[in-house]
This record gives sequence, structure tokens and C-alpha cells, in this order.
Amino acid sequence: MRAALALLLLAPPAAAQDDRRTGYDDMTPELQAMQDDPVGNPGLFWVLDGEAMYSAAPDTGAESCAGCHGDGETAMSGVAARYPAWDEALDRPVDLAGRIDLCRVRHQGLPPLERESDALLSLTAYVTNQSRGLPIAPDPDPRLDGWREQGEDLFTTRMGQLNLSCAQCHDDLAGGHLAAALIPQGHPTGYPLYRLEWETMGSLDRRFGNCMFGVRAEPFGAGSAEYVALELYLKARAAGLAIEAPAIRP
Amino acid sequence: MPRSRMSRSASLALALWAGAASGQGLPEPLTDVPGDPAAGREVVVTRERGLCILCHAGPFPEVPFTGDLAPDLTGVGARLTVPELRQRMVDSRVVNPATIMPPYHATDGLARVGERWQGTTILTAQEVEDVVAYLATLTEDGT
Ligand code: HEC
Ligand code: HEC
Repeated sequence: MRAALALLLLAPPAAAQDDRRTGYDDMTPELQAMQDDPVGNPGLFWVLDGEAMYSAAPDTGAESCAGCHGDGETAMSGVAARYPAWDEALDRPVDLAGRIDLCRVRHQGLPPLERESDALLSLTAYVTNQSRGLPIAPDPDPRLDGWREQGEDLFTTRMGQLNLSCAQCHDDLAGGHLAAALIPQGHPTGYPLYRLEWETMGSLDRRFGNCMFGVRAEPFGAGSAEYVALELYLKARAAGLAIEAPAIRP
Repeated sequence: MPRSRMSRSASLALALWAGAASGQGLPEPLTDVPGDPAAGREVVVTRERGLCILCHAGPFPEVPFTGDLAPDLTGVGARLTVPELRQRMVDSRVVNPATIMPPYHATDGLARVGERWQGTTILTAQEVEDVVAYLATLTEDGT
């Protein structure tokens, strides 16, 4: 598995022999059309809010995001496709929402936004939307390797009262049905995404929490080291698949 | 970061040890009150209680969606004895260490159990007896 992971990072499998499927591939044509609709996708409300926040100067007198980075459509293109990435000051990797919060605190004199707040989801959705259609391209920084391995360990460790690992469902049983629910391969291509069941936008960490709660395990915290490690592993596992955020899921 | 290597190998060792005795299953009932098949059927078909239908189909036409991750329970009472059924309900890991079937009445070797479920089992001893009594009635081959 370790060797397979290294291989994946170096050379994403050619499309022809790739049996990876995203949640999008498994959706009904109606839901796919809703996701593809350039005005009807409900996730775009968050993207639009995020765009406004990206260019608004904070009342601290500091620059807006655009003031430092420039036009989002060019400056933010490809960023979400390579995150999580290393933060020198924290000496650990951070996910995209974590990076946005660090910028607010360090460069804008603003308090961090709460995880799962509409504001942080909006900024994250706006930045991620600038990578829509781009292949996931994990950061090759070797300091991330150990974190990916920890993510893989978490993914393959049985947990909770039901004693199931992520891998048992998403590697071994993907394509099967848990009652009526089709078990997806669990690729993180669409986050943050609009889930009909949630009736709102949600982060990948919220999804992790749902799955852990499902097996009656104690979820890790949003933005925790464990979730960043899991995301690093899942992004390597999904290397080469296109970012599709903001996705729709039933 | 939590590692459950220890508990994984510990539970494997336990499973191997217990596996030697698993031919007989668990002949001793868990309670003094004999299992009630009707109550057991209720547990099995009520998704939030037994969780069984997440994985198993069976002779319960009123359940609209059953999972397809495990053997159909139709006729299982003819395939397995009561002690064998009880063993699979209490802890299927004893029979198959790689099983995905949750341990319904065991708490050993589990990692990161959510706070609200700690120290509890999925089913009570009496519920296990009820489910076993119900499964034992499933002797028709369903065809
Ligand atoms: C018992 C089965 C099961 C386990 C164990 C499980 N999941 Fe899931 N997961 C699902 C199902 C089913 C879905 C589809 C959404 C739904 O129906 O709720 C899903 C959805 C997902 C998705 C979203 C995929 C998409 O297309 O948007 C991700 C990512 C994911 N899971 C990751 C994980 C991780 C990480 C773990 C372990 C911490 C885990 N899952 C454990 C069953 C499981
Ligand atoms: C997450 C999946 C899952 C759940 C939930 C589950 N099982 Fe199972 N069960 C299995 C699998 C898979 C097997 C096949 C043997 C194995 O792999 O251990 C099995 C085997 C069995 C067997 C033996 C069947 C045979 O033909 O040998 C019985 C009886 C059984 N389960 C009853 C139940 C009951 C009753 C419940 C709920 C109270 C339940 N199971 C919940 C997955 C599950």
C-alpha cells in the first residue's frame, strides 16, 4: 500500500486503466445536471459570497485577500488542487480553510473564522472553485510524506463501536449498498460541497465526522492534525482526479 | 495521533485463541429469560436498533431497502445451530477475524469508541437472546 501510494504520487494512473469513481460518477443525471448548472448549483451562493469577501478590505486597515494576492481567478488557480500544504511557522501541514484563517490572523489583523461557519465555507468554496476541472496534484514536499502515512494508518484502522475502518467501506465495499446508500470510493474532489441531506454547504471535515459518527467513533475536531493527515492521504489516493467543487451530493 | 496497532493485534490473538473453541459456538444463554423471537424480529427489522438490515437482506418484505454486504439471512436457522448463531451475534470476530459484522455483545479490542457509547454494547444480553431465538426460526429456504 505504501509503495502504491508513492507510485500514485509520481504517476497518476492513466485514465484508461483507472477504475476510480467519484461521487459525481455515481449520482443520478438530475443531480449531475444540478451540479453542472452554472447558475442553479446552490453551492455557487457560497462561491459568490466568498468572491465578495476575497476583495473586501477589512476594517482593520489591512489589505484584502486580493490586495496581497491579486485577482483570485489567476492567483488562486491550482491552490486547492495541491492543498494541504506545509506551514513553516506551525511546523505542520494545514488544510485550505486553515490557511485562510492563518492569513486572516497573520496578515489582516482579524480573528479566525469558525470552522463550518458560512463565511469560512464561502472563502474556501471561492478559492476551491478556482481549481475546478484541474487535476488533484499533491504537494511533493517530503515533510508531508509522514503525514500521509499517518493518514493511511487512520484510514485503515478499525474504530468505533461498530469496529469498521474507512478502508473497509471505501476500498473493500465501495459499490455495495449500506441499506439504500451506495458506498462511494470516498474521493475528496468536491469539497466544500452542498449536501441535500444537510440542506447546506459542508466541509470535508464535516463528512469525516459523519462517517466516524456512523461507526459510533469519537470524531476528531475540524482542522485537527488527524483530519489534515486523512485529507493528505485521500488527496494522494485521488491524485489526477479533477476538482469538482462546489459539488452536490444527495 | 492514536495508534491501535496494540489493540488490533491483541484482539487478533484473542480471536485466534477463542477460534479454537468456536466449533461449538456459545451453548450457554446469556440470560435466564428465554429469547423471544417476536422481540428479536423487531430488533432485526428496526434499522436503528439492530443495524442488521444495513448489510443483510432476509425474509422481512416490509423493509424497503436492505444492504447487500452480507449473506441473506433467509434459512440461516437451518444452516447454523443456536450456539453458532449466539457466537456470531456476541462477537463474529471469533469466527472470522476479518469480519465486517460488528461485535454486538463484546467491548474488547475496540478503538476510539464515541463517548456516548463507551462501556456499552450494541445490544443488551436479552436483545441478543431474542435475536438468536428469531434467527433460529428462519428455517425455510425462502424459495
Ligand atoms: C460503514 C461504512 C463507512 C465507513 C466505515 C466510512 N464511510 Fe465514508 N461514506 C460512507 C457512505 C455510505 C458515504 C456516502 C454518503 C452517505 O450515504 O452518507 C460516505 C461518504 C464519504 C465521503 C464523501 C465522498 C463524496 O463523493 O463526496 C468521504 C470523503 C468519506 N466517506 C470518507 C471516509 C473516511 C475518511 C472514513 C473513516 C474515518 C469513512 N469514510 C468511513 C460509508 C462509510
Ligand atoms: C456491517 C455489516 C453487518 C451488520 C451490521 C450485521 N452483519 Fe451479520 N454478517 C455480516 C457478514 C459480512 C457476514 C458473513 C460472515 C463474516 O464475514 O463474518 C455476516 C454473517 C452473519 C450470520 C451468519 C450467516 C450465515 O449464513 O452463515 C448471521 C446469523 C448474522 N450475520 C446475523 C446478523 C444480525 C442478526 C445482525 C444485526 C443484529 C447482523 N448480522 C448485522 C455483516 C454484518
